[in-house]
Amino acid sequence: MATKSTTAERASVAAEPGTIALVCLTAWAIPGGAHLWLGRRQKGLIFLVALSAMFVLGLLLHGRIFAIDLQEPLGTLAAVADLGLGLPWIIARVAGAGGGQVTALTYEYGNTFLIAAGLLNTLVVLDAFDVAMGRK
Amino acid sequence: MTSHLAVLTVFALLVSSVFAALMKDSPREQLRSGAMMFAGFLATAIVLGWLMYPLPL
Repeated sequence: MATKSTTAERASVAAEPGTIALVCLTAWAIPGGAHLWLGRRQKGLIFLVALSAMFVLGLLLHGRIFAIDLQEPLGTLAAVADLGLGLPWIIARVAGAGGGQVTALTYEYGNTFLIAAGLLNTLVVLDAFDVAMGRK
Repeated sequence: MTSHLAVLTVFALLVSSVFAALMKDSPREQLRSGAMMFAGFLATAIVLGWLMYPLPL
């Protein structure tokens, strides 16, 4: 099973800044999507399954998707971290999910899952950028 | 799922999987690195839990 793109493919991607931007956008929107696109199927599947599971578990544990509110600096930091998950974040916001239930026993656990998923996906975007640039 | 240990275990499993995939390229290395990180997560949590046990709430 091929898990990496060839050197020639990597070089062609690295030569096109527009494509690199699209790779980063895909990596942000769909966890693991860019790695799947670039031929790193095994890594892409791990990111897709693990990060999606973290996001769904975060919602199931009554976590809250924070909104950017400059009156609450810590909440804003959490909102920026949540934003890292791309399309799932947009879908959850549109669907009205992620309201959070402060009285739930698992509220903080849920927040931790959601924030960690967003931050990890940000690292995945950076990794996809390196792959697209031919550095990895 | 309200058990702290269960949630912690699931969290450690998912995070160590992502970190292992980010850091290593071959599946064998990923498995080894992921298992080490997962064990490290659990061991650290248990040790810290016991260290904090005598502290007053």
